Amino acid sequence: MHEHDVIVVGAGGAGLRAAIAAQEEGADVALVSKLHPVRSHTGAAEGGINAALRDGDDWTDHAYDTMKGSDYLGDAPAIETLCTTSPKEVIQLEHWGMPFSREDDGRVSQRPFGGLSFPRTTYAGAETGHHLLHTMYEQVVKRGIQVYDEFYVSQLAVTDHDEPEDRVCHGVVAYDIKSGEVVGFRARNGVILATGGDGQVYDHTTNAVANTGDGPAMAYRAGAPVEDMEFVQFHPTTLPSTGVLISEGVRGEGGILYNAEGERFMFEGGYANNDGELASRDVVSRAELTEINDGRGIEDEYVYLDMRHLGEERIVDRLENILHLAEDFEGVNPLEEPMPVKPGQHYHMGGIETNENGETCIGGLYAAGECACVSVHGSNRLGGNALPELIVFGARAGYHAAGRDLGEARIQTGPSAMSELEDGLDTPVSPGALDTPDSDVAADGAMVAPDGVLNSAVETERARMNLLMDGEGRNHAEVRQKLQRAMTRHVNVFRREENLKEALEIIRECREEYQDVAVRDPSRTYNTDLLHTIETRNLIDIAEGITLSALARDEFRGAHWREQHQSRRDESWLKHTMIAWNEGRPEVYYKPVILQGEEKSYEPKVRSY
Amino acid sequence: MSTNLTEQEQKEAQQSTEEAVERTQTEAVGAARAAQPSYGYMKEKAETETRDAELTVSIKVFRYDPEVEGKKEPRFDSFGVPFQKGMSVLDALMYARDHYDPSLTFRHSCRQAVCGSDALFVNGRQRLGCKTQLADLGEQDGPPETVTIEPLPHSDVVKDLVVDMEHFYDQMEAVEPYFQTSEYPTGELEEQRHSRENREKIKMSTRCIWCSACMSSCNIAAGNNEYLGPAAINKAYRFAMDEREGEDMKQRRLEIIEQEHGVWRCQTQFSCTEVCPKDIPLTEHIQELKREAVKSNLKFW
Repeated sequence: MHEHDVIVVGAGGAGLRAAIAAQEEGADVALVSKLHPVRSHTGAAEGGINAALRDGDDWTDHAYDTMKGSDYLGDAPAIETLCTTSPKEVIQLEHWGMPFSREDDGRVSQRPFGGLSFPRTTYAGAETGHHLLHTMYEQVVKRGIQVYDEFYVSQLAVTDHDEPEDRVCHGVVAYDIKSGEVVGFRARNGVILATGGDGQVYDHTTNAVANTGDGPAMAYRAGAPVEDMEFVQFHPTTLPSTGVLISEGVRGEGGILYNAEGERFMFEGGYANNDGELASRDVVSRAELTEINDGRGIEDEYVYLDMRHLGEERIVDRLENILHLAEDFEGVNPLEEPMPVKPGQHYHMGGIETNENGETCIGGLYAAGECACVSVHGSNRLGGNALPELIVFGARAGYHAAGRDLGEARIQTGPSAMSELEDGLDTPVSPGALDTPDSDVAADGAMVAPDGVLNSAVETERARMNLLMDGEGRNHAEVRQKLQRAMTRHVNVFRREENLKEALEIIRECREEYQDVAVRDPSRTYNTDLLHTIETRNLIDIAEGITLSALARDEFRGAHWREQHQSRRDESWLKHTMIAWNEGRPEVYYKPVILQGEEKSYEPKVRSY
Repeated sequence: MSTNLTEQEQKEAQQSTEEAVERTQTEAVGAARAAQPSYGYMKEKAETETRDAELTVSIKVFRYDPEVEGKKEPRFDSFGVPFQKGMSVLDALMYARDHYDPSLTFRHSCRQAVCGSDALFVNGRQRLGCKTQLADLGEQDGPPETVTIEPLPHSDVVKDLVVDMEHFYDQMEAVEPYFQTSEYPTGELEEQRHSRENREKIKMSTRCIWCSACMSSCNIAAGNNEYLGPAAINKAYRFAMDEREGEDMKQRRLEIIEQEHGVWRCQTQFSCTEVCPKDIPLTEHIQELKREAVKSNLKFW
């Protein structure tokens, strides 16, 4: 068994920043990650980091843009924390040597991005995430922070009090991928989940194969509610054959979208008369799919993104990485021809409910980054707002877990924050576990002492892995593929009630089929068959959470569009959709959005670009 | 429990298993597994897809597992994969794993040449699996009939295509791979100034994704375990040439790369530069550091 003050699960942007912060605060901190840190998907972020750094810009403008982008479903305390802290964090990265793109006077460059009223997206070429990830890993090396890489955390060690808010997290259980050993990690102060995205729920995604929502799934089953799961961002410019991302930076620099008839449809189709291509991502994705569905797509599948007119010099200077991506993954030379693009799953606004300090409702359990929902993005994230979220809230979770007083949080967490229970949801099948009570640790007897909780969780995991490896059964890949296809088909950009219900039925079938899965690889050494089989269970829980929430919210807000309710309904929906696992019987409920900021209130307005 | 195979030994293992390949192909993916009803689905799907495909590619994959009977001795397994336009080596591996043999083991994550997990030895050359199109491996248009995929040479094989990266990470971390300066601007929220020219100078060196293709291709690194290797020296270059660190730091960095197992071991064979998937001019960077070290020594002499 290993023991540290703070255990950070996941070593991408949020995890690395959390570990550095905890270490700065004097804690003995360790990173536990299924990938070596530099393999994390933060490295694939291209566009940049929004920060109000310059004269003429102000954090209040950044906050206003973010709230508008969120379609008034972001919480003001979280948004204001993001926007006031981002400049300091960006400068910190620069002081750690991050190679930002520069102006002639040597200062860091900023560029326009979708939904922003000022060019405040700080960038390093079209590979900002790569540099951010490596710069922070360099700091981890410098500080000698312990990294357990290729350790897959599969279970949280949480006490089994009846009420989630009484529970405490004492550590995690991890599977040492190289040796196959199941190991306990005791956390004296806290566990910070920074496991990133869950895009593998879909089959066309910009997300890495490793983005399987392990953190949200584990926290959810341990009793921490998940929030706003219906809000999934589909990025408007991904390469059709692979889902590889083409940065919003292309449109930020002046790239143009065309349909098959050569029309610049963002303007000519009236989708965004002012901002055109630089409207918010949800707006552009819907516009593209409308064009394609109405027969104005190319090969009925995609539209064109053209940047040739920017000229080779400017492209090479600011967007060189895009030339490589388009050439290597689509066989297109963007200096000579337009790039084919279509919307693809990109980011999950929803996630583990936290407050501004990264705390979940479970004592000692934190979450930060994409796996969390604090919520700064509400129903739609602006481009350039994910990276500041990682560093701002990663740092806060790290400081808080290590004992720094960050003041009292304004955001309430846990089922006690419920304002309203959803009791009218018409689901075709029962969601949740097939048999209750669930076998997770939270339901086993009166387990509250730290060592007992951890040992019990280790034993549960050993038994689960032995069970999966013992005997014959179904290949998890079959279940995963079925789930991914169902989600892409039924829970995509445009959502219809009958499709969502169909998806719930298929998810239920996946659960039933998962009962029969077995790991074929008999080896304890680097058994990725076992790893992926465990991940698939997490994907099922996440997919169900997304679909249930999507069914509950019968309005159109941000990234969530419902056929029968094509307008925002503020009178009844200025509230977050919450789901509590509730021992395997998911319960949907709501809590109010906080539009009251430190000094002003954000009044919902019609959102047009 | 691992095995370190040179390219020659890998070739021998390949030859000695030529006959076994046919047998393995049917055994590993054939009747035994199909007999289990729940496994039939993915295999049947693959058979239909292979039959309907205009072209199929046979991937011949190195297999080794220290604790599994039949895999303790390295062997090659072949899998037939229905070819689709745009299919990469990584796509083919994932297809084989998901449809034929879930125990087929390799690292991969981002699928877009930035995580650096899937450097492999493909048809006798270090390449990223995700960035290598099957069609580009053929002599004319279209994919070749067979593609041979092995783990990176000169590395300890953990299992199948997974190699032990610890030595590579140790070398990367031996060059003080983090920004260091004694002077920061005093103003609140004030960045260090950095010229566009200097940023351009270090730009290529900052693109390294730690895939270790270069280290695997380097004969010197293969024969001398203590040699820092091209990637670590490139990391040192990235900081030594960064003007923000200042002249004193540069001297310190030159001392590090001038050590016994540093830049002077490089014999300028360019193999690292040829295989780098991010097109980093590694050999040039090493040569430039040699020149800088000489200049600096003359200055102090």
